[in-house]
Amino acid sequence: MIAIVDYGMGNVASVSTAFRKLGYEVTITDDRETLQKATHLILPGVGSFQAAMKEIEDRGLKNLLQEMAKKKPFLGICLGMQLLFSEGFEGGKTKGLSILPGTIEKMETEHILPHIGWNALKAEGNGNPFSQFKGKHVYFVHSFAAKTNAAYIAATAEYGMTVPAIVRRENVYGIQFHPEKSGEVGVDILKTFLQEAVR
Amino acid sequence: MIVKRIIPCLDVKEGKVVKGTNFVSLRELGDPVDMASSYSREGADEIIFLDISATNEGRQTMIDIVKKTAETVFVPFTVGGGVKSIDDVTRLLQAGADKVGMNSAAVANPSLIREAADRFGSQCVVVAVDAKRIGNSWHVMTHGGSRDSGKDALKWVKEAELQGAGEILLTSVDTDGVKDGFDLELTRAVVDSVRTPVIASGGCGKPEHFGEVFRKTGVSAALAASIFHERIYSIDQVKQSCAEQGVDIREAGLF
Repeated sequence: MIAIVDYGMGNVASVSTAFRKLGYEVTITDDRETLQKATHLILPGVGSFQAAMKEIEDRGLKNLLQEMAKKKPFLGICLGMQLLFSEGFEGGKTKGLSILPGTIEKMETEHILPHIGWNALKAEGNGNPFSQFKGKHVYFVHSFAAKTNAAYIAATAEYGMTVPAIVRRENVYGIQFHPEKSGEVGVDILKTFLQEAVR
Repeated sequence: MIVKRIIPCLDVKEGKVVKGTNFVSLRELGDPVDMASSYSREGADEIIFLDISATNEGRQTMIDIVKKTAETVFVPFTVGGGVKSIDDVTRLLQAGADKVGMNSAAVANPSLIREAADRFGSQCVVVAVDAKRIGNSWHVMTHGGSRDSGKDALKWVKEAELQGAGEILLTSVDTDGVKDGFDLELTRAVVDSVRTPVIASGGCGKPEHFGEVFRKTGVSAALAASIFHERIYSIDQVKQSCAEQGVDIREAGLF
């Protein structure tokens, strides 16, 4: 069973439908026991970094999420992806979950922010499971982006800067765009996560 | 880079998609969730619902439609029509809408834009502007294009942007329903007035009109209703036409 972490940040109806469509059982929960039993953890989120960390801490989930990220397939989506990193600057400097090294900083681009709309993915490299999505368009909505080690970046997009679009390290994955709003391609990307993260 | 978006718009009245000519003789076309879902599969980049229900029951039905749409549609969708207060915005977003459109209420009370943007972020606040040429300028019309607010459209879009609008949905009352192409002059004037993305609406009669508005103005997206609903043209045909005209679009849909 896949558990989507419910911490009051954003609507998760389409995320859960996407996984159900792929044939998985899904539960949306903040219950510790259920989260511990789940096969995969999905951390969604829309809103500001600071507000999101507060919600996670208020629910006493911070340590649990850090613990789970060592053990099972773990995917952060949009703000959920950003929270995986050590520090964010949206709404004031805030400590993140520190599951991945790096920071979340305001995008430096001459283009309008937020970076919103359909943008093409760039993904290179042998053995990169996301290179099959090279040139495919996915739906982005964000003004902050990850600064992290290039080794963890599996896909990017161009927006007057190189935007990390998919990050991964071992069983931990992060997707900056909204796969659940990216049509069939988005669902295929979630499927790739499910296949790869167990290896 | 960000591609141009092709958006079908669904007018929903008391839970059914309708199409009327100038708001009279409305004809039922189908179920909103089914139609949104099939447009999304066919490659629509976004869906817009415009609720034109006159009753509270109709508005409540819209909430159910939004919930079902969020569960079945895998592209972003916007809901507008009759949004009067921050509570209306909250209800629609909580039901699963990605963006909420506001029109007459924002004209009457521009701080509604600011309130919604502060609470939920500009990215989900769409200000719909119905503009009509009056002499040498364009006026903002409200109440479904029937009342002249007296406001200058170009000044209004700047104010809306300043208040936190994340997107402007611009409908030309003059070209709406005429099917002879989008209002290029108005669209260009509005795009040049703001930095916020603009969606052009009103006047599309064939696929080529999309390419035209994308090539000749700086709009981010364009919207049509009847050409899709009446099955005269498919989303795919529109996208092919855009691609032939050299417009960057998302290749998706039925492939």
